[in-house]
Amino acid sequence: MDNILTAEHIVKDYAKHRALDDVSISVPRGKIYGLLGPNGAGKTTLIRIINHITAPDQGQVIFNGHQLTAADIVNIGYLPEERGLYKKMKVGEQCLFFARLKGLDKKEAERSLHEWFDRLDIASWWDKKVEELSKGMAQKVQFIVTVLHRPELLIFDEPFSGFDPINAGILKREILKLRDEGATVIFSTHNMSSVEELCDDITLINRSRNILSGSVHELRERFSNRRYELSFIGDPQALQAAVGGITTSFELGGVDANGYATATAALADADAVRAFVGAANGAVMLNSFRHLLPSMDEIFVNAVETYNSEHSITPDQQ
Amino acid sequence: MKSALGIIISREYLERVKRKSFIITTLVVPIVMIAMMFAPALIMLFDKPEEANIAVIDETGRISGLLKSNDEIRFVHFAGTLDQVREDEDIDMILTIGPRAIKDPQESIKLYAHGSPAMMTDAYVTGQLKDAIMDIRLEQYNIENIKKILDDVQVDLSLQTVKMDKGEDKGISSTLNYFLALIMDMLLYMFILIYGQMVMTSIVEEKNNRVLELVVSSVKPTVLMLGKIIGIGLVAITQILIWGVILSVCSGWSLPLLAAMPEAASEPELMGAISQLGDFGFMAGLFVNMILFFVGGYLFYSSIYAAIGSAVDNIQDASQLSTIATMPVVIGIIASMSVINNPGSTLAFVLSVVVPFTSPMAMMSRLPFGVPAWEIALSLAILYLSFLGLIWLSAKIYRVGIFMYGKKPSLAELLRWAKYK
Repeated sequence: MDNILTAEHIVKDYAKHRALDDVSISVPRGKIYGLLGPNGAGKTTLIRIINHITAPDQGQVIFNGHQLTAADIVNIGYLPEERGLYKKMKVGEQCLFFARLKGLDKKEAERSLHEWFDRLDIASWWDKKVEELSKGMAQKVQFIVTVLHRPELLIFDEPFSGFDPINAGILKREILKLRDEGATVIFSTHNMSSVEELCDDITLINRSRNILSGSVHELRERFSNRRYELSFIGDPQALQAAVGGITTSFELGGVDANGYATATAALADADAVRAFVGAANGAVMLNSFRHLLPSMDEIFVNAVETYNSEHSITPDQQ
Repeated sequence: MKSALGIIISREYLERVKRKSFIITTLVVPIVMIAMMFAPALIMLFDKPEEANIAVIDETGRISGLLKSNDEIRFVHFAGTLDQVREDEDIDMILTIGPRAIKDPQESIKLYAHGSPAMMTDAYVTGQLKDAIMDIRLEQYNIENIKKILDDVQVDLSLQTVKMDKGEDKGISSTLNYFLALIMDMLLYMFILIYGQMVMTSIVEEKNNRVLELVVSSVKPTVLMLGKIIGIGLVAITQILIWGVILSVCSGWSLPLLAAMPEAASEPELMGAISQLGDFGFMAGLFVNMILFFVGGYLFYSSIYAAIGSAVDNIQDASQLSTIATMPVVIGIIASMSVINNPGSTLAFVLSVVVPFTSPMAMMSRLPFGVPAWEIALSLAILYLSFLGLIWLSAKIYRVGIFMYGKKPSLAELLRWAKYK
């Protein structure tokens, strides 16, 4: 697969702790890549290394097939989690400043800025001072600053924090649009529902280490333990008796809101699924049958807790 | 396309020179300075002694004839008694001279006035009385031509200083040099503190409102720091240049007027000062040197301030840590006061040439008195080289410091940050 960026065996030490310990990630081109992890896990440090803001102590970052250099940052757009603007500057003037820092010339920057201002419906803000804007308004401006120079790689650190649902929706739409136009997005967040919605691949960083990587779909499959959920009308005992030899585990659930009885079953492979559905059909009237995929939330919590207990880390141990 | 450094510099520069506060200080301060420069002259010009008609009741009969009136103070000889004189409305003061005035003036002479007389009046009357009584006492010795002898032995001198190392005889004024040194010292002190701390607070602000994170994703932290230091430095230089132009235009216009004043001609010290101030070459040289040391001192100290600004989150913590930079500036200004009094001493050499912490200030103290070119060159070289070393160190601290939030670091921690890759 064509990777726009790979980080190889990154190690970064600070005075009293190791922020990143042998972390590797590969970001496929044209996808949305989730960078997940608890607070203080090392995500921001990794993002800063990718942005060429700090240098790793060991390891290297490959961008577009070559080692990352300072010249590459014009091809990267970064929206930091902690972000602000110069309060006393006017919005338009400020956007021009950032655009020119990214290497756009003044005319070009002005033209595409006006385009973006129209698109996000904020054209009237051009001559306002930033201190007159609300937090959400300022975030829109920061978003424009990040994407204006049409970078190949976009990095968003918690982009939706501080946005109301309507504006978050607009932002989501714009991010997907940028992806469809060919940009690659690295997306760091705690908001797991947006990960399920947006991300193609993820990496989970915990305690400075990469503990989980893969495509969202594949990870959810893997962590489902091949569990299925069904709802039905009929005698639960009869069902249990009918499928007994097919499942590796079977549990009866309660009655759901619509009055259907429920049950969960673990099924080893496709043959088992077919056999299970056949047997169940004979015993009860099936209403629904679906593969039970864990949410990213569950995967996240599960992976972090498993890792911490395997490494016998108590919460107060850093 | 402009380089990132250029874009940062122009943002920092324009943001500040467009501020109203900058425009106001830049225009108001020279006006205040000019007012201060000319205040003494103006006071001399307008503060004539009060006019007074003084009635003299002289019981010795010898003194009143010797008292000389001038434009303001007129002695009127009066034969009547004190009470009679009091009724005369034209009389402002009454001078009574008792019969034993020549022997015992302290006890016998009194001046009656409505309020207390002006100092100038008091001094003039006292002087006239002393002269008169002295003349009378001298006459009592019966020495022939005593007056002529005294006139002959009178020595009139006001020292004229001329610079030795220059071929031409140029009048100089050591008083003027002293004040020039003092003014330049104060200016430098003010500028380093004001603009150095401006660098610091502006970094703290950027860090505080987190715009920093956005900027450093586009430019290297070191470039941002350099751009800020240079941009703010250019603001300072703009201000100095504007002041310089305003002051030189004003003095170009006023010095000839001052020199033409009749009082000036009789004061060699003042004439020296005027000729020195009017000496374009001398003043321009002084100005250029001042700018060089100013820039060096500003760069040197602002790089310390920048490192401090990067390390803290708020102005309170910053002001505490900034004593690291402020202390040497204050020590420098105190030391330079002693250098003014003795610009040629070894201590002056060490402070103004060898030690970069004090050299900008101490050199200001010496410049007007004349400093050998090699000493200036050496001092500048040491100053600028140590700036390079310091900015390298500061950049390393800055790069780490801008991402550190929370606890205020110690000096030792700052230095450890410099070791990070």
